[in-house]
Amino acid sequence: MKDTVLEIKNLEVEYSVRAGLVKAVDNVSLSVYRGEALGLVGESGCGKSTLGRAILRLVSIPGQITGGQILFRGPWEQDLLTLSEREMVKVRGKHISMVFQDPMTCLNPLERISDHIVETIQTHGPEDKQEARRKAAELIDRLGIRDERLDDYPHQLSGGMRQRVMIGLALALNADLIIADEPTTSLDVIVEAQFLDQLRDLQHQFNLTIILITHNIGVVAEFADRVAVMYAGKLVELADVHPLFDDPLHPYTRGLLNSVPNISLTEDHLKIMSGSPPDLTNPPPGCKFHPRCPSVMDHCQVQEPPFREVQPDRWTACWLYEA
Amino acid sequence: MPESENLIKVRGLRKWFPIQKSFIERLVTREHQFVRAVDGIDFEIRRGEVFGLAGESGSGKTTTGRLILRLVDPTEGHIFFDGVDLAALSEEEMRRMRKRMQVIFQDPFASMNPRMKTGDAIGHSLEIFDVAKGEDKRHQVLEMMERVGLTPAHVLYSKYPHQLSGGQRQRAIIARALVLHPDFIVADEPIAMADVSVRVLLLDLMMELKEELDLTYLYITHDLATAKYVCDRIAIMYLGMICEMGTLEQVYRNPHHPYTQALLAAVPVPDPRARREKELPKGEIPSPINPPPGCRFHPRCPASKGACSRELPHLRPVPGDEGHLVACH
Repeated sequence: MKDTVLEIKNLEVEYSVRAGLVKAVDNVSLSVYRGEALGLVGESGCGKSTLGRAILRLVSIPGQITGGQILFRGPWEQDLLTLSEREMVKVRGKHISMVFQDPMTCLNPLERISDHIVETIQTHGPEDKQEARRKAAELIDRLGIRDERLDDYPHQLSGGMRQRVMIGLALALNADLIIADEPTTSLDVIVEAQFLDQLRDLQHQFNLTIILITHNIGVVAEFADRVAVMYAGKLVELADVHPLFDDPLHPYTRGLLNSVPNISLTEDHLKIMSGSPPDLTNPPPGCKFHPRCPSVMDHCQVQEPPFREVQPDRWTACWLYEA
Repeated sequence: MPESENLIKVRGLRKWFPIQKSFIERLVTREHQFVRAVDGIDFEIRRGEVFGLAGESGSGKTTTGRLILRLVDPTEGHIFFDGVDLAALSEEEMRRMRKRMQVIFQDPFASMNPRMKTGDAIGHSLEIFDVAKGEDKRHQVLEMMERVGLTPAHVLYSKYPHQLSGGQRQRAIIARALVLHPDFIVADEPIAMADVSVRVLLLDLMMELKEELDLTYLYITHDLATAKYVCDRIAIMYLGMICEMGTLEQVYRNPHHPYTQALLAAVPVPDPRARREKELPKGEIPSPINPPPGCRFHPRCPASKGACSRELPHLRPVPGDEGHLVACH
């Protein structure tokens, strides 16, 4: 039995918008194993970012978690959805940490990097200022940033460095789980590659568990051990990275992988997926992907397929795989 | 290469942006500092081709696009459009020239007036350039909307940008650029904000339209994977200079410049079996205010030699590979 860090059960997150109620996360169940890099992939509006935030209870109005459980197996086991806000504050940063897409919006522009890290360490631990500062210097060094930069302000650092500081903050407290939401989208290609290399090294060194949320299929292929694909708020496929890319089960996964140019191929055989993601205020009946599905059957238009393990370690929600 | 083959010719182009100084700084320091966004580039764009300009942040690719459109004026150098030196034109003549060159930007939301109906936004330039008005304008707009797949055209004509999907907005931007039937389009990251599965759709559309309407594109991007999908020739820029240039085949299959090699190796490949093995250049892109002396890339270059820190390498042909140019010692 694999060591599970997080178990999400039947999670539901709804947004109340003028046009109606949107199910941003629709009955999602997912386990995250210790030490793995789980890629959570999908296009805009699929619910992946909302799922990431829901784990940390960072979903705010007009969004609301309306059902399910998020079982966290850190030093204790708890359903995060039953914790009070004060208890949740203790979890955030220390046990589950988040790295966002745009570090400039997460780093206080008026605070030196060192102060930010020191404050984070001191908020969650017994260290005094000197001890915390020493830890901060050690951290910066491990991330490959020269310690002269410790007293810089965020705007004095480059994009790549800021993102590394964000990882540093996540590591400062030895979080059990790191959720990275589009961490490389704002970075240049070479910096992105450096960052992913570094993240992978840190992951192996400290046996970190990382959920990497992204729309970039290349990044997922480069980094993830397992991949979860989301569409219109639902999980449509979950598998180890090699089987997923070699033989995608769900027609959406197949369509997605076929629409991404591959720089290492002589010729791309790209296929265009028709249509666009559904209007979630008025989703189609049955399987939400059916209007665009090349393999659609009558049953798909009537009933939503269950998300099941249809082959060993291959999960999907598709009538093609149900008897 | 006969002159008429080149729609665009750029020679010795430089754009240095002066840095604003505070009052005290101006008293204390004497020297002027500049952001050397574009620092001496030469290239041609042939009629009917898709010419790619690729690079990371600070490479100068976006500034180059804006220079060609004369949205900013060069500090030095010349831009020839169809043989005509753009700098020599009067404002009125330039205005007329603008009918022949249009632009597609990255962010459709930011480049569309939220208070203008889509149809009006698309047809706006027809009015401004006195090409068509009223019913005639509406007809031309609807026709263009059909062509770019913005259908049902008569319904979407009256919608505001926020009522369209991302993909539809990007098609509107394309329609707006094409409605004047220009010769030349500068597309600056045109698909970067579109969803992954829609990007190829939009690229295919742009290529179809290129054939149908006899267009020439300058395709500016940092995404080398999609650049490979559409470009005929490509120039790689680093810190204001072109370090390598050639056909797609030449630059992608046989890159000579260490930066090009690094860039190509760094692009994440959607295939877990192809995980990158090679070493990456260390460090990050230095500031364009004080670029390193000699070759801009030398501090990060694994193949750097003595000459690299002293002399700026010029673009020179690769022996035996016609049309392939590299700036490297």
